[in-house]
Amino acid sequence: MELKRTVKFEADRDPEFARWISHTVGGERIRHCLQCGLCSASCPLSLYMDYTPRRLMHLSREGFKEEVLSSSSIWLCTACYACMVECPKKINITHLMYALKERAIEERFYPKRFPIPVMAQQFCRMVRGSGRITESWLIVRVFLRTAIWRLLSMSGLGWKLFLAGRMPAKKEKIQRQDEIVALLDSVAETRKELAL
Amino acid sequence: MKYAYYPGCSLRGTGRAYEESLLAVFRSLAIEVQELDDWNCCGATTYLSVDELTSYALAARNLALAERERMDIIAPCAACYLVLNKTQRYIRDYPDIKTVVSRALGAIGLEYHDRVRVRHPLDVFLNDIGLEAIAAKVVRPLKGLKVAPYYGCQIVRPYATFDDQRNPTSMDQLLAACGATVAPYPLKTRCCGGSQKGTLPEIGLHLIRYLIAEAQMNGADVIATVCPLCQFNLECFQKEAGSIRHPLSIPVLYFTQLMALALGASAATIGLQRSLVPVEPVLEAKEIAYA
Repeated sequence: MELKRTVKFEADRDPEFARWISHTVGGERIRHCLQCGLCSASCPLSLYMDYTPRRLMHLSREGFKEEVLSSSSIWLCTACYACMVECPKKINITHLMYALKERAIEERFYPKRFPIPVMAQQFCRMVRGSGRITESWLIVRVFLRTAIWRLLSMSGLGWKLFLAGRMPAKKEKIQRQDEIVALLDSVAETRKELAL
Repeated sequence: MKYAYYPGCSLRGTGRAYEESLLAVFRSLAIEVQELDDWNCCGATTYLSVDELTSYALAARNLALAERERMDIIAPCAACYLVLNKTQRYIRDYPDIKTVVSRALGAIGLEYHDRVRVRHPLDVFLNDIGLEAIAAKVVRPLKGLKVAPYYGCQIVRPYATFDDQRNPTSMDQLLAACGATVAPYPLKTRCCGGSQKGTLPEIGLHLIRYLIAEAQMNGADVIATVCPLCQFNLECFQKEAGSIRHPLSIPVLYFTQLMALALGASAATIGLQRSLVPVEPVLEAKEIAYA
């Protein structure tokens, strides 16, 4: 039997993480959170979350980094913005979910073969390469890397969509692709220079 | 006034019918549009979660391209609409983001001075053209067709640019002007799950199931959508979302397909044949011509 301490101590917190969240874009008002729970009540996904948005807001501003970044909640958020509209303190909750996702990807806080970060990375790669997204190719790329068997189970639907002219095999591409590459490189450069 | 039309990636793929029918409505209402020159992906909700700063720069390229032409942007896709709007606001509110974006645009010879408006077709039809002008052009009233208007999330949230955030009615009004009956649909702004059906299927299906079941329960003949991803989710997974005891089957169209139909366009030019759940039987039962 493995015994675990179920109560967190002050020393378990990561003050750097708490500072980061309240200084990140959209996190300026997180200290105003009343813990009223309107975010959790309005969230269509909260019934599947390990920490509801209300709890997640509290854990993040207190600096419980491990709990927050390994929570399922940040991946369940579909960015529907219901919480943000309801929040009486106008906290940018959806945007904070994005910030947490970005940080969780950076620090590799997700299970292997988990499709959401893989999809995000493939999406970015396709934008850099073509400037536009071709949905059919994106889906294939993601499932080849995460769950090949699901590619087979979806082939029926794919075929129907192809026949309906909704799954073009040809890749969409913009003409001035060099502009996209220059744009992306410039952002990376400025970010480094200003340490953003 | 001429608008810059920004289709977005989905309208070239799963949302083909949205583009076809939207362009048909533009023609019928004599709205002059020009496709945004060499537009790029807005980054959608996906890019924001990997690299926020870059996503603003990507969206800003489209804003700058439209600004150079001195035109407002029409963005039919809900994700594009939100991302472009959000980018405008964040550039205004955060000096660091503004610096990053201006430099990136400078590197490709573009400038952005916040002089472009991002519009949704719902907004343009309702506020620039007007219900009366549209009703006057209806040649095939959608009489007896009961439509559940589904707005989804990102058209009205988080920014209420032209409609109420909790109970939007712009699509209701447009459909009524086309002669359709609007079904009560309290879940009209509830999330469809977005890409969740692909990444976490059980959860995606759960959200889809309730949206369709409620439309059917309220007697709708068809669901009207404004977003390519909503349309895809609600139409393509009905069989999976339903059960033997509670089967789900209802055509899911773009609101522009219904409008174009009322304005006299023929089925083949507005992509009706691209539906996986055929709408023709419903139209025949209501004696609405579509050829």
